[in-house]
Amino acid sequence: MNGVVETFASPEIRYGLVAPLLIVLGGGVLGVLLEAFLPRGSRRTAQLVLVGVVLVAAFVAVVRLAGTNDLAAEGTIAVDGPALFMQGSILLVAMVSALLMAERQVDPAGDAFAPQASALPGSADEKAFTQRGWLQTEIWPLFLFSVGGMMMFTSANDLLTMFVALEVMSLPLYLMAGMARRRRLLSQEAAMKYFLLGAYSSGFFVFGAAMLYGFSGTITFPGIVESMAADPGNNGLLIAATGLLFVALLFKVGAVPFHQWTPDVYQGAPTPATAFMAAGVKIAAVGALLRLSYVALGGLRWDWRPLMWAVAIATMLVGAIVALTQTDIKRMLAYSAIANAGFMLIGVLATNQAGLSGTMFYLLAYGFSTLGAFAIVTLVRDPAGEATKLSQWAGLGKTSPLIAGAMAILLLAFAGIPLTSGFTSKFAVFQAGIAGGATPVVIVGVIASAIAAFFYVRVIVLMFFTERAEDAPAVVVPSSLTAVAIGVTVAVTVILGVLPQSVLDLADKASTFIR
Amino acid sequence: MTTDHYIVLSAVLFSLGAFGMLFRRNAIVVFMCVELMLNASNLAFVAFARMHGNLEGQVFAFFTMVVAAAEVVVGLAIIVAIFRTRRSASVDEPSLLRF
Repeated sequence: MNGVVETFASPEIRYGLVAPLLIVLGGGVLGVLLEAFLPRGSRRTAQLVLVGVVLVAAFVAVVRLAGTNDLAAEGTIAVDGPALFMQGSILLVAMVSALLMAERQVDPAGDAFAPQASALPGSADEKAFTQRGWLQTEIWPLFLFSVGGMMMFTSANDLLTMFVALEVMSLPLYLMAGMARRRRLLSQEAAMKYFLLGAYSSGFFVFGAAMLYGFSGTITFPGIVESMAADPGNNGLLIAATGLLFVALLFKVGAVPFHQWTPDVYQGAPTPATAFMAAGVKIAAVGALLRLSYVALGGLRWDWRPLMWAVAIATMLVGAIVALTQTDIKRMLAYSAIANAGFMLIGVLATNQAGLSGTMFYLLAYGFSTLGAFAIVTLVRDPAGEATKLSQWAGLGKTSPLIAGAMAILLLAFAGIPLTSGFTSKFAVFQAGIAGGATPVVIVGVIASAIAAFFYVRVIVLMFFTERAEDAPAVVVPSSLTAVAIGVTVAVTVILGVLPQSVLDLADKASTFIR
Repeated sequence: MTTDHYIVLSAVLFSLGAFGMLFRRNAIVVFMCVELMLNASNLAFVAFARMHGNLEGQVFAFFTMVVAAAEVVVGLAIIVAIFRTRRSASVDEPSLLRF
């Protein structure tokens, strides 16, 4: 060979198959250019138009690809049912989060983000920027990059793509978490915690990837499966790799014992960003976990399932029990997110097709419910900003029955009460869990649901059957952006509870990984 | 010298990073521990690439370096913002977020 490459075969990207990713990431690049070349006054409109067009175009591209079962970009991107279903779900929750992030009527000073993230909190600069009514428009390119990373995360078919996607998804979120307009110290602290722990978990991912590469000599999932079949014995490298990769992904999912960042980040981040993070990262991370555990490490399932059992049980119980003691609504929703992550893990550890489709349905339904809940949190305000203390929510149902009613529906969905999407999704994963031989975990799941139901109902009782608090906050009338977001999320929550069959069928049809 | 030597060294470096992250208190040092973890992985990747005789591991190491650089940009931005507000880069001091 003499080191000379005789012919050069150009890589086959197959742009049609990766179009949704290219549209979103290209939109992010375009957003950076808009930020650089447009005058301040016209940036917001331009960015909003760009984000709207990009998200809709990418969703259309995903829908057009429906039914595809193929590999793109030299086998690094899998375009199969689960990938497309979760990419579609991510785009839908991104659209609703974009509505929340664009809202600027609920806060008299502007939107939810600091006018200049570099200005010191409480400084004269900051006041001047606020007075001039500056808005932070750089969040929009960050938002698009993060959405692109999430979509790539669910369809990565080798370890390198998965790692890059993990970072493209997370890095913008670290920044967005630190950009709140109000309570900026809290927000910066949340950003630092999220960043340091996120970087820590990606360190685990890379080392796990190195061990898996050492075992199999390749980083592609099909190659890893092949080498596992060739060497079925218990290999130290393989066991270490599995443990490290699961630590990294369970961190992103927010499962116990890697959950400590969740309440801090959810509480400190600007609420629209929290909503996006809670819905989007959950879908993307569970999606990647499903692909890694079903496709790449599927041959090892008898080794990792006991581990996942323990994690799922701990996650459900810790999430539900600690949520009982919370006094802050955003922290309570964070613990509810942890408990729900545990229920999703039942679908993951079922390792059957019903588990896959049930988890996908759960992710979509939960994504919408959690967006709606955080959207309502943005509306309940006192002069200092959002009134997140639970005690302040007392008697809210008497003054604002509509908002309190919407919140009640969403909380009932989290609790898994029939006729809401939460019931359908819990039923789907529990059924899959029993079929997959994980009955003890499902029993713990039912107990955890009962505990969780107690504190959701407690909030409902607080809102409707308690006297109004002394420092009762006002419910702000939002612009049509947030109103539409709340309307859509509540409608989806109810529809997926009453008439879930078409979406369940879709998830069922989409639940085959390409191998 | 066998591959094992390199892997043991890389595991030692990784553990130093992982435990350093848990025990150090300065955000910059904590961050350096994360970088140590990433670079330990790079060493393992390059050693395995040599062992398997293909380039995938070396390519992964390049990507890890690029990602580490991007992480530095974002991480230092956040740490500097906090330092300017509080005049301290301790990870213990900012503790408004409590259970």
